[in-house]
Amino acid sequence: MYWLRRLWSELRNEVFVLPSRMLVLAWALGLLALPAVYADPYVMRILTLTCLYAIFAASWDLLAGYSGQVNFGHALFFGAGGYASSMLSLKLGVSPWLTIWVGAAVATLLGLGVGYICLRLRGAYLSLATLAFPLIAVGLLLAFPGFSGGELGMFGVSRLTNNLIGNYYIAVIAMLVLVFGMWLIADSKFGLVLHAIRDDELAARASGINTPRYKLTVFAIAAFAAGVAGALLAHYLRIAAPFLLETALSFQVVIWGIFGGVATIYGPVAAVFVLFPLIEWFGGFQGFGERRLLFFAVIVLLVLLFMPRGLVPWVRDKVETLCPRCKQRNPGWRAVCRLCEAPLSATDRPRSTAPRKA
Amino acid sequence: MLQDIIITGLISGGVYALLAIGFSLIFGVARIVNIAHTAFYMLASYGFYTLLVKVGLNFVFAGVLAVAGVTALSLLCYKLIIEPLREHESAVLIATIALALVIQELMLFGFGGHFLGIPSTLDGAFSVGGVSVAYQRVVIMGVAAAMLIATWTMLYRTRLGLAIRATANDLEVASLMGMNVHRIALATVAFSVLLAAIAGVVVAPVYVVDPFMWLGPLVTMLAIVVLGGLGSVKGSLIGAFIIGFVEAITVFALPAGAFLKGAVALSIMVLVLFVRPEGLYGVAFEEEER
Repeated sequence: MYWLRRLWSELRNEVFVLPSRMLVLAWALGLLALPAVYADPYVMRILTLTCLYAIFAASWDLLAGYSGQVNFGHALFFGAGGYASSMLSLKLGVSPWLTIWVGAAVATLLGLGVGYICLRLRGAYLSLATLAFPLIAVGLLLAFPGFSGGELGMFGVSRLTNNLIGNYYIAVIAMLVLVFGMWLIADSKFGLVLHAIRDDELAARASGINTPRYKLTVFAIAAFAAGVAGALLAHYLRIAAPFLLETALSFQVVIWGIFGGVATIYGPVAAVFVLFPLIEWFGGFQGFGERRLLFFAVIVLLVLLFMPRGLVPWVRDKVETLCPRCKQRNPGWRAVCRLCEAPLSATDRPRSTAPRKA
Repeated sequence: MLQDIIITGLISGGVYALLAIGFSLIFGVARIVNIAHTAFYMLASYGFYTLLVKVGLNFVFAGVLAVAGVTALSLLCYKLIIEPLREHESAVLIATIALALVIQELMLFGFGGHFLGIPSTLDGAFSVGGVSVAYQRVVIMGVAAAMLIATWTMLYRTRLGLAIRATANDLEVASLMGMNVHRIALATVAFSVLLAAIAGVVVAPVYVVDPFMWLGPLVTMLAIVVLGGLGSVKGSLIGAFIIGFVEAITVFALPAGAFLKGAVALSIMVLVLFVRPEGLYGVAFEEEER
């Protein structure tokens, strides 16, 4: 009973005060409740894939948005998780519940390796160098078709469960746990250090932060999450093929991340939940099928011209305002700050205060 | 086999050099990582195909028109899409990715996904040291060499070239010295896409023309530019020939070489970066040099 009351007070004081938090809660509960209301196989399938890609996009954002290591080859970790897990379960017959962790471990090791190689690189050099790693991996996979299945990949990987709704719940719960976990990491002191590394690595080093260790850690965490997502996807689609590693997927995750708004974690997740089903839905129309990528690119271009900082920061700035005094977020309809009662609207503000940063 | 390696290496090195120098110039002057660079190269190939085969023009006219059209189009794209976003670096990046995807999909829609055959502009071949070399390949080498010399002259013998180099070196100081950096950026984009479009036109009869032909050269070009040092023209030139020859050696000397050529080229790039993080001839942009 105490815990229930505690939960309720937490909800009322921390979640219900902000429209964006209420939206997130409604979205999570809606995802969990959906199969009970509307268990259409097609919708379940699309949402399962969406959840898995959302993990992938969020992990890219942790690495690129927070620590500024803009990775152009994030599909390497996704594909490594998928391939390692499928190979083990297909060739040795191990249960996929175990191999997923092996896949994630392989991805984490690769993340450490890539991070180690890229420690001294920065900016565009890092982006373009990371682009190389999945391509090297694809080259190796294609060069040894007997081992990897070559261009067609490995078929008939066993599923986690054969139940449609079971698979959906696995994806949703994995997504909620991993994304929320990454959000906690990004919101903690660790995340603050990552912000510092992105904004000025030299200043961070001068402040006594061991930046290589932080960079390696964030590479490992992002690779782990991407590896889990990749392994789950390979087991869900029952195939591990070079498409898990291809450049298009690496670019796709960059688009999701920037479209949703970098350094937010929830931005890329929202972007995947908007763009992925939208593109699938377009694909269902007569004649749109082949042209969906075109529409995808045009939508991204148009949205960028109007909201260059990404979709979610733009929406959040519409529904919420930042208190000029205590820098806490407030619902857009409030006249005074919910915490310090400073006036919120620009006209009420005394002339002496500096203008709020956009 | 040695002659094969030399000829192939020279040809692909020349084509890569045209692409990489343009990309490097745009990066140096405008700080844009232009993923759509090779998409313009592809667009030029398609334009050349349309004008030559569908319209039936003479190949010189077709080539010149295709190059001019693609260059004009790139300026339009820059004005409409890239310039409004210039302050947001990440937005520029995905705008160029999206632009490349739009071009790819439009080509897929307009011409279909299959390979297009373009008749050779010059038939026939001659043999050097036991290797027969098609005249078309000689054309590629000649055009590449001519364009590289023209680029060098432009950069080091004209006022525009001086301004481009100055802007690449330090944008703010160049602006303070009274250079119109916006117009220089525009000129650089036009010149770089011109190089890419010329490369696209000359290789069209030899390489396959399909809507995904931009991806392969894109990756190789990025590897070359990083290998040589971002923003360095000399580095791009040398990197292009290194990668061109490495690819040729891998294809001719290794058993599964065709699959591995990209992997080997990229591994060399990673190795170079491991030793020299700023590439072979890179200039460290940040003041925070270690």
